[in-house]
Amino acid sequence: MTLIHEPDLGTPARQSEVLVTVEVDGKMVMVPAGTSVMRAAALAGVGVPKLCATDNLEPFGSCRLCLVEIEGRRGTPASCTTPVEDHMRVTTQTPQLAGLRRGVMELYISDHPLDCLTCAANGDCELQDMAGAVGLREVRYGYEGANHLDALKDETNPYFTFDAAKCIVCSRCVRACEEVQGTFALTIAGRGFDSKVSAGGHSFVDSECVSCGACVQACPTATLTEKSIIDAGQPDHSVVTTCGYCGVGCSFKAEMKGNEVVRMMPFKDGKANHGHSCVKGRFAWGYATHRDRVLSPMIRSKITDPWREVSWDEAISYAASEFKRIQAKYGQDAVGGITSSRCTNEETFLVQKLVRAGFGNNNVDTCARVCHSPTGYGLKTTLGTSAGTQDFDSVEAADVIVVIGANPTDAHPVFASQMKRRLRAGAKLIVVDPRRIDLIKLPHVEADYHLPLRPSTNVAVINAMAHVVVTEDLVDHAYVQERCDPAAFARWAAFVAEERNSPEALEATTGVSAADLRGAARLYATGGNAAIYYGLGVTEHSQGSTMVMGIANLAMATGNIGRPGVGVNPLRGQNNVQGSCDMGSFPHEFSGYRHVSDEGVRTMFEDAWNVGLQSEPGLRIPNMFDAALDGTFKGLYIQGEDIVQSDPNTKHVTAGLGAMECIIVQDLFLTETASYAHVFLPGSSFLEKDGTFTNAERRISRVRKAVPPKAGLADWEITIALSKALGYDMAYSHPSEIMDEIARLTPTFAGVSYDRLEELGSIQWPCNEGAPNGTPIMHEAGFVRGQGLFMVTEYVPTEERTNDRFPLLLTTGRILSQYNVGAQTRRTANVVWHDEDRLEIHPWDAENRGINDGDLVTITSRIGETALRALISERMQPGVVYTTFHHPDSGANVVTTEFADWATDCPEYKVTAVQVNRTGQRSEWQLDYLALREATTQVAGSSTDTR
Amino acid sequence: MAHADTMVHKANQIALFFATFPHDEAVEGVANHLRMFWAPRMRREIISYVENGGAGLHELADEAVRRLVPVPDAH
Ligand code: SF4
Ligand code: SF4
Ligand code: SF4
Ligand code: FES
Repeated sequence: MTLIHEPDLGTPARQSEVLVTVEVDGKMVMVPAGTSVMRAAALAGVGVPKLCATDNLEPFGSCRLCLVEIEGRRGTPASCTTPVEDHMRVTTQTPQLAGLRRGVMELYISDHPLDCLTCAANGDCELQDMAGAVGLREVRYGYEGANHLDALKDETNPYFTFDAAKCIVCSRCVRACEEVQGTFALTIAGRGFDSKVSAGGHSFVDSECVSCGACVQACPTATLTEKSIIDAGQPDHSVVTTCGYCGVGCSFKAEMKGNEVVRMMPFKDGKANHGHSCVKGRFAWGYATHRDRVLSPMIRSKITDPWREVSWDEAISYAASEFKRIQAKYGQDAVGGITSSRCTNEETFLVQKLVRAGFGNNNVDTCARVCHSPTGYGLKTTLGTSAGTQDFDSVEAADVIVVIGANPTDAHPVFASQMKRRLRAGAKLIVVDPRRIDLIKLPHVEADYHLPLRPSTNVAVINAMAHVVVTEDLVDHAYVQERCDPAAFARWAAFVAEERNSPEALEATTGVSAADLRGAARLYATGGNAAIYYGLGVTEHSQGSTMVMGIANLAMATGNIGRPGVGVNPLRGQNNVQGSCDMGSFPHEFSGYRHVSDEGVRTMFEDAWNVGLQSEPGLRIPNMFDAALDGTFKGLYIQGEDIVQSDPNTKHVTAGLGAMECIIVQDLFLTETASYAHVFLPGSSFLEKDGTFTNAERRISRVRKAVPPKAGLADWEITIALSKALGYDMAYSHPSEIMDEIARLTPTFAGVSYDRLEELGSIQWPCNEGAPNGTPIMHEAGFVRGQGLFMVTEYVPTEERTNDRFPLLLTTGRILSQYNVGAQTRRTANVVWHDEDRLEIHPWDAENRGINDGDLVTITSRIGETALRALISERMQPGVVYTTFHHPDSGANVVTTEFADWATDCPEYKVTAVQVNRTGQRSEWQLDYLALREATTQVAGSSTDTR
Repeated sequence: MAHADTMVHKANQIALFFATFPHDEAVEGVANHLRMFWAPRMRREIISYVENGGAGLHELADEAVRRLVPVPDAH
């Protein structure tokens, strides 16, 4: 392996139909009109010296190093800011240009510390490179004059330093923060000699900076440098892989020294991120080597026994013998498995195969149950495919962007940056959310409409929008006629047109002003290309699936599906939640969303797997707990999910787990779920294995092994071993063979293979004979299901209502620096930004209860009680409180109820009626939790604290 | 059975979604949903619940359950 260097062409690519021919130093090159001379030269193989230019930023023209001569023009224009013209003849090297460049470099170097040999950027410094390139041999100005060599370092950010003495004030960082990230945290303060980079007058950690790393990547000197590089030195080899955190699926180069990862560098050629990143993927990978990682298999017969470290063989054969015993005693259906959205497609496919073929039942489910299962159901019903319709780049063609129940700047930050860029360029924005999320007002971005609905009234809002579209005749009739089922459309149109669905009639229910709602609906229907992006604020409701259908209805009625710039786009949470659903993780369907009762499909799997398969759906996760409490479900194999922390109504979950006889947990850490386990199989992080992830835009990207599995086996190998011990042999020597099997058995993946992925970089499914290079935009020629199906979406109020005892509505979400249940991010320096979960409460509600910012408060629902510190915030509307669930002792799910989506059982996390009061102490559950945690995480003969 | 309430609640939620459809379509919608997504053991439970009076069930759910045929577990 070598270190991958991506060429820097100096300025961004331009799109144009018109091609122009340019001659650079005698070499001819053809480029799109609008391309800079610098980029054209680079494409012709001629590197022009540069410092302030880089190809992911607009040219700025400040350093004057890139001067060239152009035939017929006077002077020496800067090649980065000069666009090419047809038949232009450019010369990049003359004695005069060389002299000018040397002069520029002399000035820079005279104010630069000459500690190159001990500098962290040694070997990766553009200033150093340019000094070499221009042939700098002397610095006539001397180092005695006024300089910045004593400027102070800012080391407050946990991941990078700012060493002002080394700054050449090229503004690349400032521009990266603006153009790439869209945060505008940096400015150049002062003028002339006094100008310097400033994080708004604050230290980095106290500034608006969100630690995305774009400025660090852009900096041509050692001024902004990763602390990991300062500690370890420059990397010597790298592999391209995919981020293991969120559903954006950013591509990174994992850069290493030996078997140690020293930096994660966003990959410019990554189609989901185009070289950008967020704090999690870029910096928060330290958990992979955290001392809490369990590296030895462990077993115990009771959860109150200490763990006993054993060999892989012993752990696997113990687990297998327990499952065999349970099945012999309680029946074939008494065991099941849970696949992980953090593991690869190949690993997920194997777990569901193990359950169906090895256990001989369909009791397999996945954590998508608790997040986007309604997306699958709703989009499959209406459009025919359980996935979003667009690629991320489609947003660049959107004129109106609607964000419903999603908080992209925190949860999908890299896509949010792309969306913000489009909004700064003039697209309109409608936000439907109970909270004032950041996107509503940002530098140069302001929502045209914010519809602050009461939690749980999504369907009422979407019906009211549809009412406006239908009654004001904003329907795209030609589109509907051509593509949709006419009877279903007529029925739906008649339904939404009823007066009870008007914005005015629903105003009292939703809390949204009828005028605003009408305005938003008109804008959506008539503003050009309109795209809807939604998140868990849509799905995690008792009407989650209904709302997804409501969104699809609205998009079909206005002709907003089937081309760039439009669409219905679920923002998926975990890195591989799309993939885990695609791979057949649900109890009722095989890979590619085909029902187990489908005779033809099942026979194909039976032949391929050489075993009979059940034709009836198996148990969903909550049903597994019910069955466990009934005494009919006794064994569960859980790959990489922490259901105790992530699933609702914790007490029901733990009671269910407590009633089982053998729980196998395969994970990196002793998770909350592991407290209830009898077998612990140490898993591998995304850096330790080969495979693929599928992101929110259906993009399949390679995960490449950067370092060997710390505990010895990759997760797919563990599943194979377990299966073999159970008597069902799966023979694969590499994940590519698993993908080949997936492709053979799944029509939407038919054209996918590791070779093709190598060739194309990434592939968006469907990829088959009809679409050999994949499908960025779906439903272009017509809906996958044939005719688009409008579904009537009656608003049914949730039964979870406020009353005198529980007058507030609790809703949950997450923040940028932490991820899901936090098992990974809590084990990184990201805790600087979020070291505890807080309860956000409106000042009015706080005052009524005598609550001050920072007070410990109890949150009580009819299910349970927990205590958190209060954060008084006007982002909430009165009557609504909010918290995150990144820390296990917060117990947010101790209070959430068992109410769930009617179609998919996706829990109603977003709505719980609660009361909030000041308190002096943690809740009983929290105290019990700490005691139980203490009691169930002991390892025999070990003094290490594995928590 | 410990979770009869939950089961009735779930079935009623499904019924409420289909309630706006014409009667026969609605009943078939609910029945089909139960066939597609409920494991055989859960369907057997709700069938026997209906046979024992089906207290608290939405009428569409009740009618839909009567269209289900019990399927045994695999052993
Ligand atoms: S910190 Fe780096 S990128 Fe920013 S102005 Fe200084 S040298 Fe340029
Ligand atoms: S890390 Fe990102 S947000 Fe922070 S200053 Fe740099 S570019 Fe801006
Ligand atoms: S946006 Fe998501 S995929 Fe990209 S770096 Fe951040 S966490 Fe990783
Ligand atoms: S690179 Fe062109 S002026 Fe700096």
